Amino acid sequence: MSGLSNIKSHIQTFLKEIGELSYFTARFFKESFRKPFEFKEFLRQCYSMGNRSLVLVGITGFIIGLVLTLQTRPTLMEFGAVSWMPSMVGISIIREIGPMITALVCAGRIGSGIGAELGSMRVTEQIDAMEVSGTNPFKYLVVTRVLATTFMIPLLVIIGDAIGLYGSYLVEHLKGDVSFQLYFNQVFESLEFGDIIPATIKSFFFGLAIGLVGCFKGYYCGKGTAGVGRAANSAVVFTSLLLFIIDFIAVFAADIFYDL
Amino acid sequence: MKESNTILPQGKVTGTQEIVLEIKNLNKSFGDNHVLKNFNMKLYKGENLVIMGKSGSGKSVMIKCLVGLIQADSGIISVMHKDITTLNQTALDILRSDIGFLFQGSALYDSMTVRENLEFPLRRHSSRFEKNMDTNTLVMEALENVGLAHAIDLMPAELSGGMQRRVALARTLILQPKIILYDEPTSGLDPITAKEIIILMQDIQKKYNTSSLIITHDVDCARAISDRMVLLIDGTNYAEGTFDALSVSTDPKVKAFFKH
Repeated sequence: MSGLSNIKSHIQTFLKEIGELSYFTARFFKESFRKPFEFKEFLRQCYSMGNRSLVLVGITGFIIGLVLTLQTRPTLMEFGAVSWMPSMVGISIIREIGPMITALVCAGRIGSGIGAELGSMRVTEQIDAMEVSGTNPFKYLVVTRVLATTFMIPLLVIIGDAIGLYGSYLVEHLKGDVSFQLYFNQVFESLEFGDIIPATIKSFFFGLAIGLVGCFKGYYCGKGTAGVGRAANSAVVFTSLLLFIIDFIAVFAADIFYDL
Repeated sequence: MKESNTILPQGKVTGTQEIVLEIKNLNKSFGDNHVLKNFNMKLYKGENLVIMGKSGSGKSVMIKCLVGLIQADSGIISVMHKDITTLNQTALDILRSDIGFLFQGSALYDSMTVRENLEFPLRRHSSRFEKNMDTNTLVMEALENVGLAHAIDLMPAELSGGMQRRVALARTLILQPKIILYDEPTSGLDPITAKEIIILMQDIQKKYNTSSLIITHDVDCARAISDRMVLLIDGTNYAEGTFDALSVSTDPKVKAFFKH
């Protein structure tokens, strides 16, 4: 009986959190279109997020490109299809691996950072101080950060994709003596708008999810340093789960759209 | 309306003085915990009113209700003849610029320098000042008031606890508020620094003729600064009067505050 009530309580908490996050999201859209616009803070956040994540996204993308090519090469060679390598890697990275890996890295890097920063501001009454000074902390802290992640994640995805493809080219160049021009010609020949557009749209939603969940967890952080830790941690866990759900919906929607 | 159990001599307050802040029958509960029960209070122009109570007695909840950081369950909160419970957000923000709030933990924005901390409320309420008023002059004047002009370009993390409290006081002063709310202004400070803060508070009151509401459980602070005191016990204003009158009270609950 206690196990059953435990499950019931967990479900209730989860549903309550979903409800609160939905309200938070609605408030974000409402506040985004209301003056004053905190443009300076938005630019500062864009710079900070892009700058802080660029190296990590670059290294991750590069290694993914290398590993994907190294692991796939023997199989393709067995079937005499090694010339398909640029197309295969290109489509994989642009459509799925690039956006997903970049978003997961950013969920850890940016999402937890936002959760911890806002959580710490909540605990030390900085958000209250902002409100008392006549500033809308939701607009200044949340709207700017969510917009910044929404715009910066697609940019980071593009950079990550490019570096990933370069990593793949390096392996092909070293193992198969393929030139830079030939490799990238094959990549771009195999890509269609149907590969790029859904992936880019998906990246915007990834950015939105990272910003919203990070801000939500931090803004309503529990008391004390433990609360801040929980906010940062749950921001990463919840965002990662949400990213997979968004990815599934995006792939499913794109599939239906192209079938029509 | 329930009045205080003990009404003692009223300090420098006279019947002709203007009331700048008034609370009538304020109630606030968190679940089953009734923190404030029909709390009543008046603050007169130019007065230093100390609200004293044990930790967890609802002092901070009461002061946060005053600026709309916490919504009261019922009651009237009148600040400069405006009931804040009925104001819209814009009107509340304008009214808040007339109220300074010194937070218990200083609540300095830790991602900003001291200068930026002081400029932050100015940017929101620039209309309060003449068009050609130099922001830098206002910041310097506020910092000179608290003896910290040299710390203008430091980050809050580089300041000691006492210095942080003084910068927070400067930030509170910069909008030249008519009422200042102090939430435990001396808590966490050594006796010498605490005394410095008390002297600063007295100087500010004399210089700007502000009305001050001071929440504390520090008897020395109350003795030094209060014109009048209210003892908050069990969520109600249990006793009111001057420090001298209350300190000789025979009521056991009142005596408990002064026995050391």
